[in-house]
Amino acid sequence: MASTEKHPIIKALYDDDDVVLSAVKKVREKGYSVKEVFSPFPIHGLDKAMGLAPTRLSIAGFLYGLAGLTTASVVTYYMMIVDWPQNIGGKPNFTWGLNMPAFVPIMFEMTVFFTAHLMVWTFFMKNKLYPGAKPQNYDPRVTDDKFLMEVELTGEKDELLALLKESGAIEISEAK
Amino acid sequence: MHYEAPIREPLIIGDKSYHDISVEVARPVETKAPRMWWIVFSIAFLLFLWGVGCILYTIGTGIGTWGLNKTVGWAWDITNFVWWVGIGHAGTLISAILLLFRQKWRMSINRSAEAMTIFSVIQAALFPGIHMGRIWVGWWVFPFPNQFGSLWVNFNSPLLWDVFAISTYFTVSLVFWYVGLIPDFAMIRDRAINPVQKHIYKLLSFGWGGRAKHWQRFEELSLVLAGLATPLVLSVHTIVSFDFATSVIPGWHTTIFPPYFVAGAIFSGFAMVQTLLLIVRKVYKMEHYITIQHVEMMNIVIMLTGSIVGVAYITELFMAWYSGVEYEQYAFLNRATGPYWWAYWSMMTCNVFSPQLMWVKKWRTNLVFTFAISIVVNIGMWFERFVIIVTSLHRDYLPSSWSMFSPTFVDIGIFLGTIGFFFVLFLLYTRTFPVIAQAELKTILKSSGENYKKHHTEEEHGEH
Repeated sequence: MASTEKHPIIKALYDDDDVVLSAVKKVREKGYSVKEVFSPFPIHGLDKAMGLAPTRLSIAGFLYGLAGLTTASVVTYYMMIVDWPQNIGGKPNFTWGLNMPAFVPIMFEMTVFFTAHLMVWTFFMKNKLYPGAKPQNYDPRVTDDKFLMEVELTGEKDELLALLKESGAIEISEAK
Repeated sequence: MHYEAPIREPLIIGDKSYHDISVEVARPVETKAPRMWWIVFSIAFLLFLWGVGCILYTIGTGIGTWGLNKTVGWAWDITNFVWWVGIGHAGTLISAILLLFRQKWRMSINRSAEAMTIFSVIQAALFPGIHMGRIWVGWWVFPFPNQFGSLWVNFNSPLLWDVFAISTYFTVSLVFWYVGLIPDFAMIRDRAINPVQKHIYKLLSFGWGGRAKHWQRFEELSLVLAGLATPLVLSVHTIVSFDFATSVIPGWHTTIFPPYFVAGAIFSGFAMVQTLLLIVRKVYKMEHYITIQHVEMMNIVIMLTGSIVGVAYITELFMAWYSGVEYEQYAFLNRATGPYWWAYWSMMTCNVFSPQLMWVKKWRTNLVFTFAISIVVNIGMWFERFVIIVTSLHRDYLPSSWSMFSPTFVDIGIFLGTIGFFFVLFLLYTRTFPVIAQAELKTILKSSGENYKKHHTEEEHGEH
């Protein structure tokens, strides 16, 4: 209980993606804070409606790509030019600059390799996804065809319940 | 918001709800395997075992057990390698390139096509591995610090580029596929009643719950991975073609190889997707998701890439003549009229002639015809690689060393073994994995589902 004020959570279940999306908008317009929405598939525009910040995953991906490109450059430079330069097919390895075209495939593949794998690892770690993790959805229906919205109860309880009911919720309950 | 032009055919047929999609995608996993599955699985498993035996014999005795000789030092092993890698390409094309082009019809076929990619790259990777002869030093292909005076791998060599391309391709395709599978595993987990099954899918689904932030990252990740996989898939077959194109063998030393190989790869890959999906949709009753329209779209891709391949064949012939190089000219004359003429003309018939039949709408929407052509194309593309490899080698610069290649039972056994292994993996996949990317498919139900489309159209007519 580190936070200064902890509000109870009201859970509202919906059975349609358009309804839950408009419900999120309505509830936020009234000044409530939508804590979470669980859905079986990505809903277009939901992140904006909830006010979620854009993900920085691709920025991370770009940096990973740079790391891969650098690694490939350093590896080819060290192994082919510095440590054991060879004359292969009458094309001696004197400078990295002149031999670089032959290393383009390696540089490309390493860039892709680093970006893809490190991005996926980042995705798993940020989302706390790992083999054997406890399912994050306490309601199993939200991976099938139901949509669950969690709203922080900040004002009158009855008022919020009425608002949720009006927004099309099929089930409303209070989180423990 | 969920609007799509009424002129577009629906991609999901019937009166479906989100729940129906869950039920129908989970059904093969939740029910017992049909008897036919066990029969096909047993045959595939026997072939696989036979292949394992032949591979063990090769490793124990040596490459001498194959039909290779001093002149033809590369034959079925590399033919099979290129054939399998090529088949894999369609999966990535469907899941990545069609995602970038926002082609919604990819959604009900991408999961199986990607599975096919991964399973066929496994088969492909076997061949260079066993052709090394001493497979126990196979790790020498990677640049490890070592005690041979720090002798490194040769980064100038296309064969090494291949090592990097294939390993990147395999692992990136695998994670791309797996990330997409996680929400679907979660769906099966949440439906599971059997505790063992529930536990297995709990492990596989990594605890996915469908949080909004997670979906946001998921979509971003899918888009970036698709963006990466697109040049990656093109690079892989380009680099495979460099194995040949950077050599000085007449018939191999040509700059047309990279695009020609990539088109051929997509061509053969789509044919394999057709072969597999026509069976999957029938056996698992997925006709409402993998519709005739999907089949037709894939046939059009086959027709297009088949035509590109045909143009490449003719360009090769033209360039051989126009170059004025008599060795190059002989290589092509020998292909078409030499002792391997039957292989060349099988290739021409299967790859250039047969896809042209797809111009007829009635034929390309016929399932039996499609299935037959898909098999023909797969055979043709195997012959293409055989023709490129063996007919370019078997009559080299020195007529006294001209020879022919005949496969031994080991060559045949390993090839059949990889077909068996591929089907073992694919059949296990269809029983245990969600064969349709259901989470993704649910996003288009309202725009491309038959019932919703009909509803939209009625509303429109009502207004006017």
